[in-house]
Amino acid sequence: MPNASYEHKWGMVVDLDKCTGCQGCVIACQAENNIPINTKDYFLQRRAYEWIRIERYWEGEYPNVKARFMPVLCQHCENAPCEPVCPVYATYHNEEGLNVQVYNRCVGTRYCINNCPYQVRMFNYWHPNWPARLENQLNPDVTVRSRGITEKCTFCVQRIRRGELKVESQGGQRLNDDTIAAGNYDPACVQACPTNALMFGDLSEDRQPSPSAIKPYFDDVNAHPGHGEHDRETRGYRLLEEMNTRPSVIYLKKVDPYPLKGGH
Amino acid sequence: MQEGKVLPAAQINRDLLRSILETPQWFWPVVSLLGAIVLAAAITIGIMINTGLGITGLNYKVVWGFFITNFVFWIGISHAGVMLSAILRLAKAEWRRPATRAAEVLTIFSLMTAMIMPIIHTGRPWRILYWAFPYDFARGIWPNIRTPLVWDPSAILTYLTSSTLFVIIALVPDFAVLRDRTTGWPKLVYTLLAMGWEGNPRQWKLQIIAGVLLSALILPVFVSVHSIVSWDFGMAVAIKSWHSTVFAPYFVVGAVHSGVSAVVFAMILLRWAYGWQDYIRHEHIDALGRLLIVVATGWFYFLVMEIIFGIYGLEGDELAVRALQFLPGDYGVAYNVWMIVFVGITYFLPVILWLPKAWRRNLWIMSAACISVNVGMWLERYLLFVPGQANKQFQTFTWNDYLPQWPEALIVGATFAFVSMLMLLFSRVFPLVPLYDIKEGDILRTEIQVGRRTVPATFRED
Repeated sequence: MPNASYEHKWGMVVDLDKCTGCQGCVIACQAENNIPINTKDYFLQRRAYEWIRIERYWEGEYPNVKARFMPVLCQHCENAPCEPVCPVYATYHNEEGLNVQVYNRCVGTRYCINNCPYQVRMFNYWHPNWPARLENQLNPDVTVRSRGITEKCTFCVQRIRRGELKVESQGGQRLNDDTIAAGNYDPACVQACPTNALMFGDLSEDRQPSPSAIKPYFDDVNAHPGHGEHDRETRGYRLLEEMNTRPSVIYLKKVDPYPLKGGH
Repeated sequence: MQEGKVLPAAQINRDLLRSILETPQWFWPVVSLLGAIVLAAAITIGIMINTGLGITGLNYKVVWGFFITNFVFWIGISHAGVMLSAILRLAKAEWRRPATRAAEVLTIFSLMTAMIMPIIHTGRPWRILYWAFPYDFARGIWPNIRTPLVWDPSAILTYLTSSTLFVIIALVPDFAVLRDRTTGWPKLVYTLLAMGWEGNPRQWKLQIIAGVLLSALILPVFVSVHSIVSWDFGMAVAIKSWHSTVFAPYFVVGAVHSGVSAVVFAMILLRWAYGWQDYIRHEHIDALGRLLIVVATGWFYFLVMEIIFGIYGLEGDELAVRALQFLPGDYGVAYNVWMIVFVGITYFLPVILWLPKAWRRNLWIMSAACISVNVGMWLERYLLFVPGQANKQFQTFTWNDYLPQWPEALIVGATFAFVSMLMLLFSRVFPLVPLYDIKEGDILRTEIQVGRRTVPATFRED
């Protein structure tokens, strides 16, 4: 439930019915956030990482199979298990409802990685490097992380900050869903999604002229906590809801008009 | 139970100080070999700090591997010291006497070794100051006391401090003996360490009071250290097989199991190396063997309980980890084979070897059993920590496995060389069997008439 004391309360809705598994969000995130290129070596070392990943599951038995896609990113939990275990407060909750990672403080104990139920925290085993011709494409607004620290999705906090700077300081308006859309301050993955499967918005009530488009989904899921998917009016649910991490990301389940026989 | 003959005090001094006053021929070759292994590991650690943790086998899923396993293993070994000296001292078990010093010193050295592990395992070890000490007053950001990773250094440093005090208090009378038998600068050092010990009744009284007091005060630390270490894992909500309340007692009992076994093996080695047959006698090894049967069985109970508690909830993600642990799977590493090996060599094989009295008194068999326990306890920690991370959640997409690489294996192997080297160096400078304790035991023991038999017994005034 959005806390009234937040200045903003950023949230996201992932509509699995619209997701085609095209990996556009993954590439956009990679480019926006200076994520090292996942080379063949990194894959073989099982250290390839993405801040948002498309989990692909097969439903049914061959040849009668369906592919299911699920984008998984940092859920920005309100009750985040990664936060209390960090000995140096490198990860904490900020006043905008974001779970933030302070790279300078991180010593790399990797306890947060172990305590994240969603497996979205990534560790830099090597110092990142890019081919020389790609070095000029690095985003100047995003820190290039050194080796030995943990990193994860930030909800593109650099874009939110830019929006706050342009809209709230210079434009005299509040940053809300409309001004975000007008100024392209959405996270890179949201902006890149060709089917609009990802929706980003501000859940805080008093800052917005009208409630965010994503707010009804949150209200519905919050009104029926636990495994009560069937009671809900929308298709919304949270990942691993039984862990009570209260994520800021809500998933809308897929509507399959032709379900597999015997599938689940 | 006292079997050996009462020896004159002069001979006790001569025998037990032999390791200090004379250098055995094998000493420097052995120490050099161990030192070379430690040096190789130190270079590897340097390379690792220079190039990053990429040279280990850790990956984006399994982030705690050999180093953390080894950390818990050495913390476990360190529990032998208090178990043998404090608990058995309070329980007035006479057979503890020759074993106490070796156990306490092993405690200190294994704690020091254990503390290296989590530090080199971090991504940026040079920033470790932020973690535990000194506190970062300048920026007003204090360590996060909610995390077990801050409880850990507190508990371990408390344990290290109290164990060191314990050893020093027990060493003071022996320092005085050494002070009187050395010349030159060693005499100066021993004089300072002996702190004016003359052996008068008041000093003895204070020394005994301090020893008993520390024994009692160290007991809560003994229980809490490994409980807190176990909470590193027990508090991790996201890893099903770790998130268990049974971990604290399970780890403490396991620690005693491996620690006492390690002490038995160390004592057998010292007896052989320095010819201390009259001091470390078969009866002592025998008694430790009987203690170990009880400890091992208690540990086995917790092992079974941990598995039952895990499976009882029938949660999908917990079952996935248990399946990885116990069932043959499609992973490269067959954890189930290791699981069978581990239970066999940690419980069934050693307990069978400890049951007959004749085998408990055979030093070869005892050594084999104790090594087997320690190999098994190392495997136990590995099999407890790694499968949980490999199959972390219901989201099967991220399941992964872990294959340790040579730097990890080398560093882990070198920790054994490091502890052995420190023990050997210590034995050259300080007596590893407490002189005064042996003499005290000899004075207190006597023989009493039970029916027609004369049996040895020990009297205490209190």
